[in-house]
Amino acid sequence: MKTLNFRVILFAFALIFGVVFSIPSITQSESGKKITLGLDLQGGLHMLLGIKSEVAIESRIKSMAATIKYLFDDEEIIFDELRMVDGERIDFELLDSDDVKKATALLKKELSGITLTQNGMKFSVAMTPQEVTRTKQNAISQAVDTIRTRLDSFGLAEPTVAKQGTDKILVEVPGIKTQADEQRIRELIARAAHLQLMAVDEGRDARVMAMSPAEAKSYGDVILPDVATHRKYLLRAIPILDGSMLTDAKVGFDKNNQPVINFSLNGQGSKIFGDFTGKNVGNRMAVVLDNKVYSAPNIRERIGGGHVQISGSFTLPEAHDLAIALRSGALLAPVFVEEKRSVGPSLGADSIKASSLALALGFVLVIAFMFLYYGMAGVVANVALIGNLFLILAIMSLFGATLTLPGMAGIVLTVGMAVDANVIINERIRELLHEGKSVAKAIEDGYNNAFTAILDANVTTLIAAVVLYAYGTGAIKGFALTMSIGILASMLTAIVGTHGIYQWLLPKIDRKRLNFWFGIKTEGAK
Amino acid sequence: MEVFRYKKPLALMSKSRRFGMLSITLVLLSLALILTKGFNYGIDFAGGTLVQVKYEGKAPITKVREAIASDKTYEGASVTFFGSDDEIVIRTKMSSKALGEDIGDKMRTLLKDTGNFKVRRVDMVGAKVGSELREKGLMSMFLAILGILIYVSLRFEWRFAIASVMALVHDVTIAMGAVVLFGIEVNLDTLAALLTILGYSLNDTIIVFDRIREGIRTIKNPDLGAIIDESVTQTLSRTTLTSLTTFFVVLTLFVFGGEIIRGFSFTLLVGVVVGTYSSIFVASPVLMWLGFSVKDFREKEAEKLKREKEKEKMRAMYESGTL
Repeated sequence: MKTLNFRVILFAFALIFGVVFSIPSITQSESGKKITLGLDLQGGLHMLLGIKSEVAIESRIKSMAATIKYLFDDEEIIFDELRMVDGERIDFELLDSDDVKKATALLKKELSGITLTQNGMKFSVAMTPQEVTRTKQNAISQAVDTIRTRLDSFGLAEPTVAKQGTDKILVEVPGIKTQADEQRIRELIARAAHLQLMAVDEGRDARVMAMSPAEAKSYGDVILPDVATHRKYLLRAIPILDGSMLTDAKVGFDKNNQPVINFSLNGQGSKIFGDFTGKNVGNRMAVVLDNKVYSAPNIRERIGGGHVQISGSFTLPEAHDLAIALRSGALLAPVFVEEKRSVGPSLGADSIKASSLALALGFVLVIAFMFLYYGMAGVVANVALIGNLFLILAIMSLFGATLTLPGMAGIVLTVGMAVDANVIINERIRELLHEGKSVAKAIEDGYNNAFTAILDANVTTLIAAVVLYAYGTGAIKGFALTMSIGILASMLTAIVGTHGIYQWLLPKIDRKRLNFWFGIKTEGAK
Repeated sequence: MEVFRYKKPLALMSKSRRFGMLSITLVLLSLALILTKGFNYGIDFAGGTLVQVKYEGKAPITKVREAIASDKTYEGASVTFFGSDDEIVIRTKMSSKALGEDIGDKMRTLLKDTGNFKVRRVDMVGAKVGSELREKGLMSMFLAILGILIYVSLRFEWRFAIASVMALVHDVTIAMGAVVLFGIEVNLDTLAALLTILGYSLNDTIIVFDRIREGIRTIKNPDLGAIIDESVTQTLSRTTLTSLTTFFVVLTLFVFGGEIIRGFSFTLLVGVVVGTYSSIFVASPVLMWLGFSVKDFREKEAEKLKREKEKEKMRAMYESGTL
């Protein structure tokens, strides 16, 4: 027998490579790189979130207004009032023309990223376009970080949170068991977690039920509802402090064994809190979360140390989620769902079962057909096909690629199409044998003649697959990926691999037994 | 085993007018269907919500319909069996932006008196994302065709490129017609199937064209019709075999692959059949109608060969120092 040629050695390597690296995926072992199952196969939640970044702009404008007020009061510059226009600029008018220069210099010095328009004593402060873009981007990346922290603390396996495009957030959470759990996770993500401690307007609170929001505003107050009852509270609009001064939040229990959340404030927060409680003994202070009043206890004495408790009608899981949300900080801008796909674990399992069955059946059909039609040549093609399957799995494992349901379909389709190259080659070889060529000549020429056809045909299919990958989303990308890998792998196994096998077997191939070897009866035996 | 062995080439091109009529009729019918009945866009492209619910035992579909009709927000929602009679799918045009309680959760509450069930899948696509996906889909189709056109022009000749693209437009149009006719929901995976048909149809056409290109060089008869007949006959066996293996594989996917990818596998099934037909009966005749001249092609090839030979001669002369 002729010594092994380079093609068959290359194919053997490819086969060993394929088998070795696909083992971790097939056995789903703990170690080694393996294919991850897509959310449609293992079950889970996939969401594309949008963000209301204009809210982040608005709150920037609001805090700018607060700074201007503070600066002007400090420098004793008199002005009529600050008006926020369309949530994008602040207008005001100075009352003393001598202040114009001083005010301009002050604003330019203290505020960055603004454009200042001045007309006589009328001023208009807006954010520069760059500052607007920066603020929006900041809101997105902050949301990504916050959501990631929340999901990580929730204790789920490998959630994915990533920015997608310029203004979307991709969230993928595998392994959710029930729909109730899923809802809980969604609520946790959406939670603004905006904590405020606010003073109750004791003088007017008695009339709150009959008061309009406009009237409340005229006093510098807001009306906020209680979280559990229909009661409303009249609160001072400017909070005593907010969640940005919070350092930790933990679930605890009160004396009735009800879950509560204990949180700690940082140094500055503790000081403000201590001062406020010291000055307001006998008044009420409301703990407000996401614009709902959780409690409004009487202040009995000055509270130092910066430890505050939120009690409310929490269940234990609620308290747990709330503490996570508080610890991770508030979202600068609210998020909303643009696209959501959730698959229960049982459906994923059904999909795996169904597509594996289709793969196995399709595979058996093709293998049986090739053997019947081509004899040993069919067996050679089948060896290449098996090699091809292992290679696809191995390459996907090495890249840590995700196998989706359309991806499975892509593999099934590859099984049907991968034999194509060998069909073309076998047909060419048969033609040449019919013409009376020797076996060696028929095989060599057959491969040469078939090569351009196989190359051109595969490249065009590959073009379609690559476009699909570039433009597809989620699961469809998986389909394009398995198709592309399948095409490339089949070029290697079907062209190089089978050629090598024929060269290796050549001395054994008997011109008289062409029916056994190539499945044909030919008269022109030489 | 050997099924396709012809001593004489089949006279296919002489019948090309008949096949042409058939193709034109099918394409026109498909276009009419697409324009009048229109695509049944699924939530991927139209936006909306899909809720898949599995009951223990037979799904009480009338009770489900009543329960959903009791809420005015879901007017126009459709409830259908999905694959088997214990599983149903509810589709509504509504989508909610709220993360907290979404339509899936609300459906769960609405259906709570209809029996023991599990919500197995909730897909929701906002209208904005839907239209983005549709644009992306069309763009990908266009880019794929463009890429293929360029590649085939480079490897063959522009008439081959036009003919192959016409064949694949023919295939995709008929496949889309079938999708409309059978009311298959058009989703992202249907689009993936159409793009696969694009690649597959071309794959088939290229194999035949490769043989024709070879035939032009080797067959003495300069009549293009005869060359095409002979080349198509030579590749007929391969075309049929590959189509059969692919067809059977897609058929197993269609039958056993599960309800979720049925739209995908159905579209592919149609595509495989049409793609095989078109590579033989559409692409090659178009080549003839486009006025491809064997003589010109041979002259061009001969000239190319001559130029290369001259170049080589020059190089030889240069290397031997005579120039």
